[in-house]
Amino acid sequence: MKVLSLNFLTCAVKTCKTQSDSYPLHPKDAELVQDDIELNEAFLINLLPRIDWKALSTTATELGFPALPSTPPTPEDLRADAKTLRDLHNLLLETQMVEGKLVCASCGHEYAVREGIANFLLPSHLV
Amino acid sequence: MSRPEDTLSADIHYNDTEARKYTTSSRIQNIQASMAERALELLDLKSPSLILDVGCGSGLSGEILSAVPPDEGGPHIWIGMDIAPSMLDVALQRDVEGDLMLADIGQGVPFRAGTFDAAISISAIQWLCNAESSDISPMGRLSRFFDGLYASLKRGGRAVCQFYPKNDEQKKMITGAAVKAGFGAGLLEDDPETKNVKYYLVLTVGGGSLEEKGGDITGVVKGMDDVDILDSRIQKKSGKGELKKGSKAWIIHKKEQMERKGKVVKATSKYTGRKRRIAF
Ligand SMILES: C[S@@+](CC[C@H](N)C(=O)[O-])C[C@H]1O[C@@H](n2cnc3c(N)ncnc32)[C@H](O)[C@@H]1O
Ligand SMILES: [Zn+2]
Repeated sequence: MKVLSLNFLTCAVKTCKTQSDSYPLHPKDAELVQDDIELNEAFLINLLPRIDWKALSTTATELGFPALPSTPPTPEDLRADAKTLRDLHNLLLETQMVEGKLVCASCGHEYAVREGIANFLLPSHLV
Repeated sequence: MSRPEDTLSADIHYNDTEARKYTTSSRIQNIQASMAERALELLDLKSPSLILDVGCGSGLSGEILSAVPPDEGGPHIWIGMDIAPSMLDVALQRDVEGDLMLADIGQGVPFRAGTFDAAISISAIQWLCNAESSDISPMGRLSRFFDGLYASLKRGGRAVCQFYPKNDEQKKMITGAAVKAGFGAGLLEDDPETKNVKYYLVLTVGGGSLEEKGGDITGVVKGMDDVDILDSRIQKKSGKGELKKGSKAWIIHKKEQMERKGKVVKATSKYTGRKRRIAF
C-alpha cells in the first residue's frame, strides 16, 4: 500500500463507521520499499486539497519519517518549490508499505498487508 | 453460454489456473482494454485523477488508466479492489502500477468520504447478484457496494461500470440499487441487440464542478445513443433512442467501435528494481 492510500483508507468494520478514531489506520511492524515512480505534478496539485494533513503527519511519524511541517503546502508552494513537490511525491507515491498490519484504533482490528496488498476481507458478523 | 457467476463465488472461480488463463488470453486482453477505454471516455477526466478500480482483477483495466498520456489528461493513479487472491497475484507478477487490496465490494468501500475523483468497474459487478454462501441477500450486497461507492466519490465525481447482466431483472436490480444510493444513473448500450452488446452504467454524484458546468447525468449522456436515463430525483425513465441503421451517426458509431476494437494498448511498467528497507 502506498502512503497515499493510507491517507484515505478507513476501518471497514460496521460499528467503526461513526467512530472518528477509526481513521487513519495505524501501521504496525511495517516494512517499506521505495519505488521509482514518475513525478506527476498535476496529480499532486489535484490531490492536495483532499489530503488529510494531520493524518498524513501521524502516518509519516509512525513509519519512521522525520516530522512533517505543521501546515500543508499550498498548490502555489508545490508549483514554486521543486523540493517540496519531490518530497511529497516520494512520501505519497513512492513509499510502499509491503508487509505489516494496519490497525484500527477504535476496534483494534488488524488488516494484514502482504506483498503490498492489504487484506480488507471481514468475517460477515463485522460488516 | 454458462455463466460462472451462477454457480461459483468469484474467488473460487478465479483460481490460479483461471487467473492466468484469463490474463494471458489476447482476446480477453483486447476486450477488457477496449471496454476500459470506453469507460474512461465516459468519465471524461480532464486532469490526472485518483480512480478506484472496482474488481480490478489482474490489472487489465487499471493499466489503461496508468497509460493515459499527459496531453490526454493522464496518467491517472488508481487503487484496485478485488476478492480473488489469484487475480491479485497475477497483478503483482505483472507489476501493475495501481495499489491493490483484497476486498469484497459487497461488504462496502472502506475509504473516507470524497476520496476518489472517479471509479471504473469492468466486468465485475454482476457478481454481486449472486448470494454465494453468505447470509446476506444480493440486494443487501448491492446496496452496501453502491452506498459505499457513492460516499467514497467526491462531489461531482463519476463512476462507469461495465457489467454483464444475466437478464433484464438483473439490469433493473443493479441500476435500481445505484439510484437508491443517490446516484444519477444512465445505462448505455454499445452494439445493442447483438451478441456483443455491452452495458455501461454511468453514475454521477451531484454537486461540485459537474453541476457548475450545468451537467449532471442527463448532460453526460445527452445526445448519446441507446441511453436509458434513470434518476432518483425525477423518478422517471426516458425512452431509449436508437440510431437508424446506415445513418451517418450510425456509421460513425460503428467506425469508432471498430477503431476501439483494433487497438491494443500496452502499458510499460515504470517500476524499477525494488530496494527493500525496514522501517524503525
Ligand atoms: C472478469 S474479471 C475483470 C477484471 C478486470 N476489471 C479486467 O477488466 O480485466 C472480474 C473480477 O471481478 C472480481 N470480483 C467479483 N466479485 C467481486 C467482489 N464481490 N468484490 C471484489 N471483486 C470481485 C473477480 O474476482 C474478478 O477479478
Ligand atoms: Zn475499526
